[in-house]
Amino acid sequence: MLTVKTVHTYYDGIHALKGVSIHVSEGEIVTLVGANGAGKTTLVHTICGFLKPAKGSIKFNEHQIHLMPPEKIVSLGIALVPEGRQMFSTLSVEVNLEMGAFLYRHDREYIQQMKEKLFDRFPVLRKRKQQLAGTLSGGEQQMLAIARALMSRPRLLILDEPSMGLAPLIVAEIFKILQGLRNEGTTILLIEQNARAALKIADRGYVLETGKVVLEGTGEYLLGHTEVQRAYLGRGTPHIWEA
Amino acid sequence: MPKEREQNIWKPRYECMDPEELRQLQLERLQATLNRVFKNVSFYRRKFKEIGFVPEEDLTDIDDIKRLPFTSSEDVSNCYPYEMFAVPLREVVRIHSSSGTMTNPRVVGYTKQDLKTWSELVARILTAAGVTAEDVIQVTFGYGLLTGGLGIHYGAELLGASVLPTSTGRTERQIKIMKDFRTTVLVSTPSYALVIADRMEQIGIDAKTLSLKYVVCAGEPWTEEMRREIEERLFVVATDNYGVSEVIGPGVAGECLEQDGMHVQEDHFFAEVVDPLSGKPVDAGKVGELVLTTLTKEAFPVIRYRTGDLCRLIETKCSCGRTFRRISRILGRCDQVVVIKGINIVPERIGDILKKIGGETPPYQLVATRKGHEDQLEIHVAITESLFYDKMREQRTLVDVMRQKVANFIGITPKIKLVELRSLKRDEKGNIIPFIDERQK
Repeated sequence: MLTVKTVHTYYDGIHALKGVSIHVSEGEIVTLVGANGAGKTTLVHTICGFLKPAKGSIKFNEHQIHLMPPEKIVSLGIALVPEGRQMFSTLSVEVNLEMGAFLYRHDREYIQQMKEKLFDRFPVLRKRKQQLAGTLSGGEQQMLAIARALMSRPRLLILDEPSMGLAPLIVAEIFKILQGLRNEGTTILLIEQNARAALKIADRGYVLETGKVVLEGTGEYLLGHTEVQRAYLGRGTPHIWEA
Repeated sequence: MPKEREQNIWKPRYECMDPEELRQLQLERLQATLNRVFKNVSFYRRKFKEIGFVPEEDLTDIDDIKRLPFTSSEDVSNCYPYEMFAVPLREVVRIHSSSGTMTNPRVVGYTKQDLKTWSELVARILTAAGVTAEDVIQVTFGYGLLTGGLGIHYGAELLGASVLPTSTGRTERQIKIMKDFRTTVLVSTPSYALVIADRMEQIGIDAKTLSLKYVVCAGEPWTEEMRREIEERLFVVATDNYGVSEVIGPGVAGECLEQDGMHVQEDHFFAEVVDPLSGKPVDAGKVGELVLTTLTKEAFPVIRYRTGDLCRLIETKCSCGRTFRRISRILGRCDQVVVIKGINIVPERIGDILKKIGGETPPYQLVATRKGHEDQLEIHVAITESLFYDKMREQRTLVDVMRQKVANFIGITPKIKLVELRSLKRDEKGNIIPFIDERQK
């Protein structure tokens, strides 16, 4: 579905991605793990069109997307849940949700239907739909961010650090939601520092190190890998990272 | 997406992968492998630096691998024992060592994950050869430093078969076990399968009374004739599979029940066939040396390892459903190759053709000669009882048939000379030298 081939991207003059190749197949949850500064977010921003790769190519289904503007990429069916949620905190939950259907802004009926569907999935958002987004708790904001991304009915959902700043119980809930989405057919690319939780639900994963992929394999394989355990899972203190 | 398990296919998700998807997976895995060896193995770092190759910069497609230098078996033995390991020794849980004629043996290591991968690959090739969890499998490969025995063993266990680790030798005991334990699958070298068949005849055991269904062969080059002989004498289906210790051991490639070439496990190995002399890729379907690169090995990755084994790469689709490309049976070793008129010839294979004509292999010798600038291949065939014809005309016909068949097989027309047995040159041990080069004179 998504094929990234030997992509090089510079960010602020830094060679942040050095020949990265990954792929995500239909129906998979694929996770990217790696330390801060490994290039995870740069890769996401390159896929979504915010950054242009210096070399390499990105294919989404039949389309070469690495030269397309972000809005074109969204229209092909890729949606991003950005790092730090990026709410319009002075607008209501409902309006925030409607923003996610920007592409369908002339189709009131579609927006109404999607909103109802998503309120069913996230009942807490229905309860708070008139509330300002800024007054929501962290977990609720994350749910709103995911719901907003789903408004455009994406085929590939990309999440950048969805567990950041959330309590372990909430993280578990968010990850359960992701698994549910996958079971309904949404393909997911998940960027996480919380490697253990991410690898547990992932079909496959890549370990990024200073802009390069150094390991690739199933979630189970990477979870059991000594190097991954030492570097990202804090072997010996599993409870700290347990979600 | 293919189903998770199908008849005779262990991992359809990979073994029946779309070729384009496979290429991307190979690229990703090769990239990770090169990044790791460049960081962790000084041998590769030095070799890459010599040609100015930086994996992160210079690998843009799987075909870029062709720019990388080869790794030879000599390189591996020069790195004796641990120099080529890509992980610290504490991560290594198994060490094997090849036999070999050089001063230092070739030592290879495996991490826990490598052993898992290995078992998985062997389970795949055994499944392809017809083996299931219901089978009782007798492994007559050596258990020890060589990879054969333990390699097959763990894969067969993963598959769920009942494994009899009888190891090598003591043929009569092997036969007794085979009979009493109702072995259904025999794993052996092709020649040992025939040794077993011979011994059974000698001690009067009818192969039909055994439960044997399959013989899984590996470990040495063999011929289609040997396969048929094994199948007819042991009442089995015999399949071929291929392994190299330096690459992983058994599990690199294996034949399916179509019996038409061995599927290379391409999600774990990248295979090339090159001209043994120039190192350039051979034309599609031509004979050359098999070169392998590991894509997932952790402890002992090898980049473009020259196996020294001759084979052809088969690109056509196999009716078994697997999409992995196949290699032909191993036709010989590179050091046996002779080149005449730019064509690689293995003298032994000429013997196979002569055998097909006369029913047995006559003593023969290949001689390369040069007239002006033109090379000529002469085949000297000794006249034996069975080849001795009184009538000149029949001899003529025989020579014509030989020339025709050999020409069809190798692509150049040889000159056939019928000679007396004692005129064939021999080495100091008294064996006929298979090839004599008179082109230098």
